[in-house]
Amino acid sequence: MTEAPAATGQSAGVARRYRDLRHRMAERVRTLVRAGVHTWRNSLQLRVGATTVIVAGVVVIVTGIFLVDQVAGGILRAKREAAVKQATIGLQTATSVLSGVDTGVVADVADAQLTITQSLTANGTSAGLFSIAIESAAVSVGSTSAGAIPSALRRTVQRGNLAVEYAPMQATGSGGPLVRGLIVGEPVQAPTGLFELYYLFPLTAEQQTIALVQRTALISGIALVILVLAIALLVTRQVVEPVRVAAVTAGRLAAGDLSQRIKVRGSDDLARLGRSFNDMAGSLQRQIRRLEDLSRLQRRFTSDVSHELRTPLTTIRMATELLHANRGEFPAELARSVELLQAELDRFEALLGDLLEISRYDAGAARLDSETVDIRGIVATTVDAYRVLAQRNGTELRIKEPDFPVTADVDPRRVERVLRNLIGNALDHGEGRPIVVTVGCDDDAVAVAVRDHGVGLRPGEAGLVFNRFWRGDPSRSRLTGGTGLGLAISLEDARLHDGWLQAWGERGRGADFRLTLPRHAGHTLMGSPLPLGPDDAEEDGR
Amino acid sequence: MPVKPRVLVVDDDSALAEMLGIVLRTDGFEPAFVADGSRALAAFRETKPDIVLLDLMLPGLSGIDVCRAIRAESGTPIIMLTAKSDTVDVVLGLESGADDYVVKPFKPKELIARMRARLRHHEDLASETLVIGPPDSVVQIDVPAHQVVRDGKQVALTPLEFDLLVALARKPRQVFTREVLLEQVWGYRHAADTRLVNVHVQRLRSKVERDPERPEVVLTVRGVGYKAGPP
Repeated sequence: MTEAPAATGQSAGVARRYRDLRHRMAERVRTLVRAGVHTWRNSLQLRVGATTVIVAGVVVIVTGIFLVDQVAGGILRAKREAAVKQATIGLQTATSVLSGVDTGVVADVADAQLTITQSLTANGTSAGLFSIAIESAAVSVGSTSAGAIPSALRRTVQRGNLAVEYAPMQATGSGGPLVRGLIVGEPVQAPTGLFELYYLFPLTAEQQTIALVQRTALISGIALVILVLAIALLVTRQVVEPVRVAAVTAGRLAAGDLSQRIKVRGSDDLARLGRSFNDMAGSLQRQIRRLEDLSRLQRRFTSDVSHELRTPLTTIRMATELLHANRGEFPAELARSVELLQAELDRFEALLGDLLEISRYDAGAARLDSETVDIRGIVATTVDAYRVLAQRNGTELRIKEPDFPVTADVDPRRVERVLRNLIGNALDHGEGRPIVVTVGCDDDAVAVAVRDHGVGLRPGEAGLVFNRFWRGDPSRSRLTGGTGLGLAISLEDARLHDGWLQAWGERGRGADFRLTLPRHAGHTLMGSPLPLGPDDAEEDGR
Repeated sequence: MPVKPRVLVVDDDSALAEMLGIVLRTDGFEPAFVADGSRALAAFRETKPDIVLLDLMLPGLSGIDVCRAIRAESGTPIIMLTAKSDTVDVVLGLESGADDYVVKPFKPKELIARMRARLRHHEDLASETLVIGPPDSVVQIDVPAHQVVRDGKQVALTPLEFDLLVALARKPRQVFTREVLLEQVWGYRHAADTRLVNVHVQRLRSKVERDPERPEVVLTVRGVGYKAGPP
């Protein structure tokens, strides 16, 4: 690429226009190339057609060249043999005519040439038309009008040999353009010296024949290629069309229209493909229906179990509360029993609630109920709910958050449940050391991290904490009475938002749980606004 | 000695109804019971309760239909007792006119607290009139008389809707988050169930707004909450 000169203002303008033009041209070429590549990749028919044309073309060209070459070779070989034979026959006549001619007298030599020509052509020749030229050391007759005799040929003849060579010459009789010709030269030994006798055969007729063969070969070659292309396209079309129909139908099936089927005609391979396809679609439809039915049944079941269990549980709960409120009037054993009943009822209720929730997730019945909210509000509510428990435990609960609204489209109840689980967890395992709840946001995501400085996690446990009923240390007592399902449900809650819930922990340094949610539904998370794990500055400041 | 508040308990589970009766009597209420949805409205007219506890799953007429029927003739507070916490069920109940809901199994203290919050009377003896809404069509609120007038016509609001409107109108320029409204109007603490607020704001709008799709009296502040339209 050369840069246009840009010395003066005017030429700079020209250069700019030139550059613009070149840029536009390059852009257009690129677009065309892209479109071409795109079409090439997308059309099987185009590819098959092009491949067929190339292969058939090569075959036809090779065959054509071979054929034409053979025919032309044959024609020329025959001509040459006839010419040599003519020369051999003519040698006797020439020798007798030239025997009395002086090699140096032009008129005599010309007479002799005329005589020889007449006597040789009088009774017709098998080698076609020819003219004769006679050369000797001093005289040259007939060669100038018919064309020059190549000097290499002359040297061979002068040495006393018969020689044949192709050379351009004028057509017999008159002037006109030079045509390809065949010259046969033979030495004629006369008493007066050596004559060189040349037979000049113009190859006009042969050339015409060869040209005709070439034309015929070319035309039939092209016709053949077109025919093959047409056949290829026709065959591809017959195969591709059903495949296209299948592709479109498969696309509709994938889009959820399970009633789509292919029309099948006949019983060939393509019809078999169509039938198999339809069978597959039917089987899929049945499977999906069954799964949907199962899911619906599961949901119904969950809902029914929920109702049937909760109503008696409410009665038990109220009776227990009443007993509990009056336990001062009972003997010690009874009073203690009531306390145990009350405490275990709490656990039972929490467990039932969590089990129903997780079975709702398993049944695929969980629905997101999003609205635009300020995450800080949810954080404040959740942290406030734990203040009393934290104070009783001597734990400091701190919030670090931006001083502007951190809004996101989330389901506030689910986010609150996640935070409740994370903070409750931190209180359980925080050993009374401060717990920091950090809120962060960027353009695409919001994040809340709950950091404790308690026992932490052993290596490999960060992935296990979200397992159902997983317990880090079975001997630890629980402050908040967790069910063992809290983090598993929280993970499902995060996933329902297309969000992340991740854990970090180190033995003795505490743990960090980070919830990251996209600000807008349907957005794919690329990263989190908050780091996971210890912040060095925070650690140093401690 | 003040008159005991009357409670109508609509629930088909006899054990739960009996236990509720014990708890309610202990806490100074006077309960009446009906187990069949189709007889609930008649019982409501007969007992004239101060508050209704309504189970959503009832034989005969469903809780939702009972709720609509009661709401059609009275603003009496209704608290749903539901075993389902799915949004669809909760919102359906609230939209049919219930003021509040408790999910089974609830703690009796929680239920009593909700009931007291709904029965709490604003004994505002000082006359107070609030004015909000667009200048060409203001909404006048007579607080002690529990009356709302717009364009010369009285707007019938349930006590809850009235409380919600007054809470917003007392501080017209302030934006209330849903959490704050939950605490001020429903007496909730530490709860983020904003569905209650959303549904009741919609119900309130359907009564006071000229076009509920384009509110002028109760405005939404996206991502924060609600505020009263300027007077």
